[in-house]
Amino acid sequence: MNMLVFVKRVPDTESRIRIQHETRTILEDGLNFVISPYDEYAVEEALRIKEAKGGTVRVVAVGRDEAATVLRKCLAMGADEAFLVKDDAPETYDGLRTARIIARAVERKLGGADLLLFGKQSVGADNGQVPAMAAELLGLPQATVVTKLEIDGASATALREIEGGLEKVALTLPAVVTAQKGLNEPRYETLKGIMAAKKKPVPVITLDELGLGAGDLASAVEVTGLDVPAARQAGRMLQGDPAEAARELVRLLRNEAKVI
Amino acid sequence: MIAAYLEIRDGKIKKSSLEALSEARRRAGELGLEAAAVLVGDSVAGLAPAAFGLGIAKVYVIEGPEFAAYSPQAYAIALAGFAAEAKPLALFFAATSMGRDLAPRVAARLGAGLASDCVKVAVKDGALEFTRPIYAGKAFLSLRLTSSPQLATLRPNVFPLADEAAVSGEPIRVAVDVPAEAVKGRVTEVVKEESAEIDVTEADIVVSGGRGLKGPEAFGLLRDLAAVLPRAAVGASRSAVDSGWIGHQHQVGQTGKTVSPLLYMAVGISGAIQHLAGMSSSKFIVAVNKDPEAPIMKVADYAIVGDLFEVVPKLTEELKKALAE
Repeated sequence: MNMLVFVKRVPDTESRIRIQHETRTILEDGLNFVISPYDEYAVEEALRIKEAKGGTVRVVAVGRDEAATVLRKCLAMGADEAFLVKDDAPETYDGLRTARIIARAVERKLGGADLLLFGKQSVGADNGQVPAMAAELLGLPQATVVTKLEIDGASATALREIEGGLEKVALTLPAVVTAQKGLNEPRYETLKGIMAAKKKPVPVITLDELGLGAGDLASAVEVTGLDVPAARQAGRMLQGDPAEAARELVRLLRNEAKVI
Repeated sequence: MIAAYLEIRDGKIKKSSLEALSEARRRAGELGLEAAAVLVGDSVAGLAPAAFGLGIAKVYVIEGPEFAAYSPQAYAIALAGFAAEAKPLALFFAATSMGRDLAPRVAARLGAGLASDCVKVAVKDGALEFTRPIYAGKAFLSLRLTSSPQLATLRPNVFPLADEAAVSGEPIRVAVDVPAEAVKGRVTEVVKEESAEIDVTEADIVVSGGRGLKGPEAFGLLRDLAAVLPRAAVGASRSAVDSGWIGHQHQVGQTGKTVSPLLYMAVGISGAIQHLAGMSSSKFIVAVNKDPEAPIMKVADYAIVGDLFEVVPKLTEELKKALAE
C-alpha cells in the first residue's frame, strides 16, 4: 500500500489569536506551531496500515520552510519520506488553490498513491475543503470525517461521522480519506525516531517545477475583513442553596432570556 | 439567481437546507435576483412543494437511480450539471456532514471559490460578502469570492427560516449523465446511533459536561437534564472525551464541534480557550461550577456557583416543573 499523507503547520489550539488589522492577517508572534491535530490521526492511520499490510508512508506539506518542522515530526513517528511543496504565499483561505497545488504535485512529482490521507480540516482556516477538492481534481473517490477505515485489497470501507450516526462508504482505491478524532490514538515519537528524522532529507518541490502559472495560483477569495469577536460580558452569578439557585436560574431563563 | 441545494435525509428535506434556501431568498431579493432550489435523488420531485411553500417557484430536479445512494462524485456531477444549465450567481449548501463533503467537490469541478461554514451573508456594493469563523470562532473572516459561481456552506441553526409564502411551481428537470466509471465510491449503509440523540450542532440547547463530572456516570445527570428540554443534546469538553467518559462526537471546542445553540449549559467545565472558541457564539450561556473564578464564569450570562452533583438534579426538577406549566 503506497500512501501519501498531507499535513499542515498550524497554531496550537491553546493559542490566543490576535489580529494585525492593517494587513488583515493573524499575528504570528508568540504563537506555538504544531502539526494540525487531525493530520496526526491521518499519519497514525497510514503507519498502522503499513504495519499491517506493508507499503510506504510519504508525508507532504504545502507551505513555507517552517513547515519542515511538522514533516520532521512525521518522520520521527515513522513516515518513510517527507516532501515540502514550497509555497511562500500567506494564508489565502482558498482551498481550491491549495488543492490545485496538491493535485499537481501528486500527478507530476509524487507518482500517485493507493491512498491519500488528510486530516478532516486544518485547525485554523477550518475550511475542510482541500481533500475533497483534490479528490475531484484527481478523479478519485472520497470518504471524509472518517472514524474507521478497513482496507481490503483494491477496495476500502470507511465509516464517516454524520449527524446522529455513521455512514458506511465503499471505496475503490485509489481514494482520498480524511481523518476524524476517534480514528486512532496517535503514537508519540521515540527518541530514536527523532534522531533518525534529523538525518533524513526533506526534498523541496517548487511551484515552478509543478508548472503552475499565475492563473492556477490566483485566489478566488478576497478577504474584506478579519476581526476577533467582542468579548462576552459576565452576567449574573447565583450562589447559595442549590435548590434556590436552580429555581432562580429557571425563572431567569424563562422570564429574562426567554429561551425556555 | 441564488440557489440552494436541498439535502434529503430519511425522505425529508433537512431543516438546515431550508435555512440555506431562506437565506438564498433574502439575499437574492436584495440583489433583485430570483432564488431557486436544487434536489438530487432517485425520485425526489415530490419534495418540491417544501420549496414552493417558502416562496421559491424554481425547483430544479436531477433524478435517477444513480442518485439513490449518496455519492459525492455522482452528486457533484449532478450539481455541476445544474450550474451549467442555470448559471447561478451563487449556490448555497447547509454546512452539514453532507454539505461539507459535497460542496468542495462541486467547487473543484466548477473551478469555483467556496466559503465554508458561514454565519453571515450580506450584500455590500452589489456583491455577496460572506462571514465565517476561523480558529473555531476565535476570529471571524469576511470575504468575497471572485469566481462564478460563488459557493458557500451555511452553518445550521444560524440563519432563520423564511416566512411561508406559497407560490405555485413545477419542478424543472435537468438531465445529467453520470458515467458508471466516474463513480468509485458511495454510501452503502447509514448506521443510526442507538439513542437517536440529536447532534450537538443541530440542537437548540446543549448541555455539556467537563472534568468536574469526575467520571462517565455523571453524564447520566446531564442526559436526564437534556431529556426534559426540547431539542437538547449532550456535549462534552475535550478532557471529558479524552478521559473516555463519552464519545468524541459529543466534543465541543477547537478539536471538536463548534456550536451556536440558543442555550449552552456548561456543567463542571472550567472553560479552556479551545473550549470557549467552540461555544462562545451561543445566544445564552449558563455555567454550573464550584469555582467562581473559572474562565467559563466570565462568559456566562447566568452562573450557579455550587456543586454540580447537587445543582443539576435540582435544575432538572425545576425545569420539569416549569415546562409542565
